[in-house]
Amino acid sequence: MTSNKVEQGAFYPRDHEWQPKAYTPWYRTSILRSPQKPLLRLDSTISEITGPVFGHNILGQLDDDLTLNYAKNGESALGERIVVHGRVLDERGKGVSNALIEVWQANAGGRYRHKKDAYLAPLDPNFGGCGRTITDVDGYYAFRTIKPGPYPWPNGVNDWRPAHIHFSLFGAGFAQRLITQMYFEGDPHIGLCPIVNTIKDDAAIDQLTAKLDMNNTIPMDARAYRFDIVLRGRRSTKFDNRLEGN
Amino acid sequence: MHELDPLKESPSQTAGPYVHIGCMPNSIGNHGIFEEDLGARMVNEDTKGERITVRGRIYDGTGTALKDAMIEIWQADSNGLFNSPSDTRGEADPNFAGWGRQPVEPETGEFVFETIKPASVPAPRGRTQAPHISFWIVARGINVGLNTRMYFPEEEAANAADPVLGSIEHRSRVATLIANREGSTYTFDIHIQGENETVFLDI
Ligand SMILES: [Fe+2]
Repeated sequence: MTSNKVEQGAFYPRDHEWQPKAYTPWYRTSILRSPQKPLLRLDSTISEITGPVFGHNILGQLDDDLTLNYAKNGESALGERIVVHGRVLDERGKGVSNALIEVWQANAGGRYRHKKDAYLAPLDPNFGGCGRTITDVDGYYAFRTIKPGPYPWPNGVNDWRPAHIHFSLFGAGFAQRLITQMYFEGDPHIGLCPIVNTIKDDAAIDQLTAKLDMNNTIPMDARAYRFDIVLRGRRSTKFDNRLEGN
Repeated sequence: MHELDPLKESPSQTAGPYVHIGCMPNSIGNHGIFEEDLGARMVNEDTKGERITVRGRIYDGTGTALKDAMIEIWQADSNGLFNSPSDTRGEADPNFAGWGRQPVEPETGEFVFETIKPASVPAPRGRTQAPHISFWIVARGINVGLNTRMYFPEEEAANAADPVLGSIEHRSRVATLIANREGSTYTFDIHIQGENETVFLDI
């Protein structure tokens, strides 16, 4: 399933029925931040099939451990200890190797380490809330963290975000760039959330919902959640016009 | 047919207002986790090419500049090569990654990239793309990251032959992708909505 051959095929068009629309008025901020004219559909050129690469050398030892990477004096972050792991795949089911994954999240009480977050819940002096890792040759990744808390946010009068972890992903091409959020299986806030509900299809929401994974839970230490992420697929170049155009 | 492929792209969700924590923690004073924010510095003293500054703001439907957006840019080097394994035409400048990432300034909404002017790059079917910089914009309220491109005003002939600019049906909108130049500084304002709505790309 994994190949190190350089791929240069054009990406499949994005499925705009599966992806959220830009204008989703129940998520109020989108009203003034959504383009009103149609996007210009562009066949992939070399500007879109290429993208930055990040070497494993950028990673520090604790970058993938949010329980420790901001902790002081031998302590660790407060909260339910979890491992989040899975594979980054493309739409063809191929593992995406060397994909940089960046994550950020609130602490166990639902508070972010950010000057704009004024929620009543206290900061955890041992929790920074960010981490990163790079997928291996099979597209596999894992990081350790604590389960974030739900938090209220100004939208409707009583909107709460489900517990979630923000994910940023790079594939091989700039057109694969993706930011999304991971939710936790069984959270009753998922169905109530205006941001989740920018996605119309229940199967697509399910794709963002991590599953409790008892087989990979570390006994007496941390529960595991499985979260696979899919980036856009691309055509095989076998019968393609050479994108270089030479 | 791609219906034969087993998987669907994971749905995008907004980056939210706290994207800095994960992508640019040092920019908000969260030091000590990552040494340096990725993409913050694009050029060093050995980078080849003409130094330029690219700045601008992103405006919402009321004409207010976004204060919480993150922008990434991607571009070719001064020879028109991308620093990416998928570009097999030659070796790009090792001192230029071609990728940058900046928050907008939280008070003024301005973004600033210090980079180099890219050369033109090939297009399919033997055509040529005018020099351009690809933009990707995420923020609270943006459900799927917005893609667009910045072109250079002094490249009139190349712009006129560019296949992407040429495919814009309403010719008056071409100007939304062309920066204003003052010396080595290019200003590229992005309008998400309204009369001057920027042409966004479905890449
Ligand atoms: Fe959040």
